[in-house]
Amino acid sequence: MTENSIDRDIPEPYASVFGLYKGQFARIHDYRRAQTRVHPRRPGESKLVDSIHEAIVKTGLESGMTISFHHHFREGDYVMNLVMEEIDKMGIKDLTIAPSSIANVHEPLINLIEKGVVTGITASGLRDKLGAAVSHGIMDKPVVIRSHGGRARAMASGDIHIDVAFIGAPSCDAYGNINGTSGKATCGSLGYARMDARYADQVVAITDSLVPYPNTPVSIPQTDVDYVVRVDAIGNPEGIAKGATRLTKNPKELLIAEYAAKVIAATDYFKNGFSFQTGTGGASLAVTRFLRPMMEEHGLKAGFALGGITNTMVEMMEAGQVDKILDVQDFDHPSALSLARNDNHYEIDAEMYASPLSKGSVVNQLDVAILSALEVDTGFNVNVLTGSDGVIRGASGGHSDTAAACRMSMIVAPLVRGRIPTVVDRVTTVVTPGDSVDVVVTEYGVAVNPRREDLNTMLDGLDVPRLDINQLRDKAYAITGTPDPIRFKDRTVALVEYRDGSLIDAVHEV
Amino acid sequence: MDRLRRTMMFVPGSNAAMLRDCTLYGADSIMFDLEDAVSLKEKDSARMLVYSALKSFDYGDVEKVVRINALDAGGDQDVRAMVLAGIDVIRLPKTETSQDIRDVDAVITHTEREHDIPLGRTRMMAAVESAAGVLNSREIAHASPRMMAIALGAEDYVTSQKTYRSPDGSELFFARNFILHAAREAGIAAIDTVFSDIDDEEGLIRETKAIKQLGFDGKSVINPRQIPVIDSIFAPTRKQITKAMGIVAGLKEAEERGSGVVAVNGQMVDKPVVERARYTLALAKAAGMKVES
Repeated sequence: MTENSIDRDIPEPYASVFGLYKGQFARIHDYRRAQTRVHPRRPGESKLVDSIHEAIVKTGLESGMTISFHHHFREGDYVMNLVMEEIDKMGIKDLTIAPSSIANVHEPLINLIEKGVVTGITASGLRDKLGAAVSHGIMDKPVVIRSHGGRARAMASGDIHIDVAFIGAPSCDAYGNINGTSGKATCGSLGYARMDARYADQVVAITDSLVPYPNTPVSIPQTDVDYVVRVDAIGNPEGIAKGATRLTKNPKELLIAEYAAKVIAATDYFKNGFSFQTGTGGASLAVTRFLRPMMEEHGLKAGFALGGITNTMVEMMEAGQVDKILDVQDFDHPSALSLARNDNHYEIDAEMYASPLSKGSVVNQLDVAILSALEVDTGFNVNVLTGSDGVIRGASGGHSDTAAACRMSMIVAPLVRGRIPTVVDRVTTVVTPGDSVDVVVTEYGVAVNPRREDLNTMLDGLDVPRLDINQLRDKAYAITGTPDPIRFKDRTVALVEYRDGSLIDAVHEV
Repeated sequence: MDRLRRTMMFVPGSNAAMLRDCTLYGADSIMFDLEDAVSLKEKDSARMLVYSALKSFDYGDVEKVVRINALDAGGDQDVRAMVLAGIDVIRLPKTETSQDIRDVDAVITHTEREHDIPLGRTRMMAAVESAAGVLNSREIAHASPRMMAIALGAEDYVTSQKTYRSPDGSELFFARNFILHAAREAGIAAIDTVFSDIDDEEGLIRETKAIKQLGFDGKSVINPRQIPVIDSIFAPTRKQITKAMGIVAGLKEAEERGSGVVAVNGQMVDKPVVERARYTLALAKAAGMKVES
């Protein structure tokens, strides 16, 4: 075991292979972009193949390789299960899968891990039964958890090399031009899939909406696509994107959102042209509901909204309160449709969104990020990955990317969930280091990271209860009692990469 | 006026999360419900839950009220547990006569005596929810020195009157006025009934304006979202605050002069007006408005 700079034990040999986390920007360095293999097409050649089976055969996929998928279809995704089922039938084993994230619907992976078809996983996170299975030690090799920006960095720098990417394509022509705004399984932005298209050696587009050439607008171009397969259905629209994302009516979430909006409005960042990103949690989304009248009152307009996009941001743009939307993924159907309709709603890829090793990502331009947390500790470290029982059940997402780069990162979370405290002495797993976290907003009040003396001054006179983070923890523990430490076993089941590729924490078997 | 009672929020006694979170929303009083909001099979567990909540959570300055069951339906156990837990107010639902109040008072007194709790520490309020209750509210208001408020429970009342609630509230006009008179005669607070449609903010505003104009101290609340709406209606205007500040300053000046007569701008001011001015300033402070002393 070796300790990294935030006192987290990282087991050997992983500490040597990945390197230890040493600070938010300690590993920003020059490098050469990774190379990919290109198989050029001659005039008259077709990319269309009859089945997923044929595509797999043509790519030459074999045991030991790395394949990838995107998570734009979320709980509605059929693609990963369809492809993995075929791979299993073909007897290919020992694959590493590198999807941008994994949903509950991918539970069949458990069986494939048991059969040795899948032996390695890297993803933003794991949910539900797969998360539990991994936490209980189903895999020999630890899962590598990467943030969205970290995955983009890992692809660009060659830390992950994808042999074959299987891309669910909401609409596609026979020559491989893809977009996410038309077709049956519209998901809007394909920001994460665009990385796979660019950096994988071979790319298979799987579509249920084959359209005449050329399919425009082009989100993923034909120059990045090797094969096109038509299937009956790539996703369930219900699971891909719910109708409009509804704002919460939960009074506690509304209170947290109101406090958060008041904090934003009290800072120097709240001025014409400011930018923001909200998460998808109830409180996080509801912040805009309180922010909008404050913007009106001050006659302010936001320059851009970033991130996972919801219809609230689209409404703000269409009402003239936000100039532009930079969109790496859409969380609801109205946002996906807006991408096609609105010129100022612009699709970006994960590298442009958040990579720490790009020539400047959008998060570097971001003023305010509103983020959620499963746990925050008194050092402002945040866990969005493991539950209070130590089981992996969340995802890293863009949390550490936005928190590190934006001008003010805010955590909005209830102080206590059920019987579980959110503000604790020491988080179970660090995903985002305390150095990146500026303000914690709970229903009991707001705590500012002492590192941000300037913010403390900006918030003087704020009409929201102010506490220090230790007082918040005390309040939480007064309700729940002091939690007993989780008993982990020795085996490492997951490695948590910081966005720069170093190890910020490790998760052990429970 | 001993304290503000603009909002009294109902919290089901069987809901642990709400018992924990109920103080967050700025209600002046919290009413833990052991009666209608709790199913028959959960009566005992709810009583124990509220007891434990009162013993373990920090409820700060909020006024803690509990709505008990009828004495012959577990209410006597409710009273004993709640008095031991340190509740501020016992609220008796469906009060019909002054005897109902004296019966509960006897259980409270017995419990306070038995456990060396200062006699009279636990206060009482009555909810009247029938024609008899309304007509007897003068005697009810005077039935015990513990009485601090009388409240209207409109749902049962309108049913007993063979009518239903309407947007203009004409069916409650008599009951509201009568209860208010009974409360004022006895020098206690008058709390209006709940507004049940939590999505109808305009209706809540209309009704709250009406009962405030009648003279009610506040309103029962079933959802935290109703609290800021009611508070904003009870918030005094800048003009009222300025006037109240003048009166309080006049009182201070009179006290400094050692005079019993308060005068503002050469005009004599009566004691009730001074009291009213203090109330206005308390409302203003609670609404977060600027009040220089």
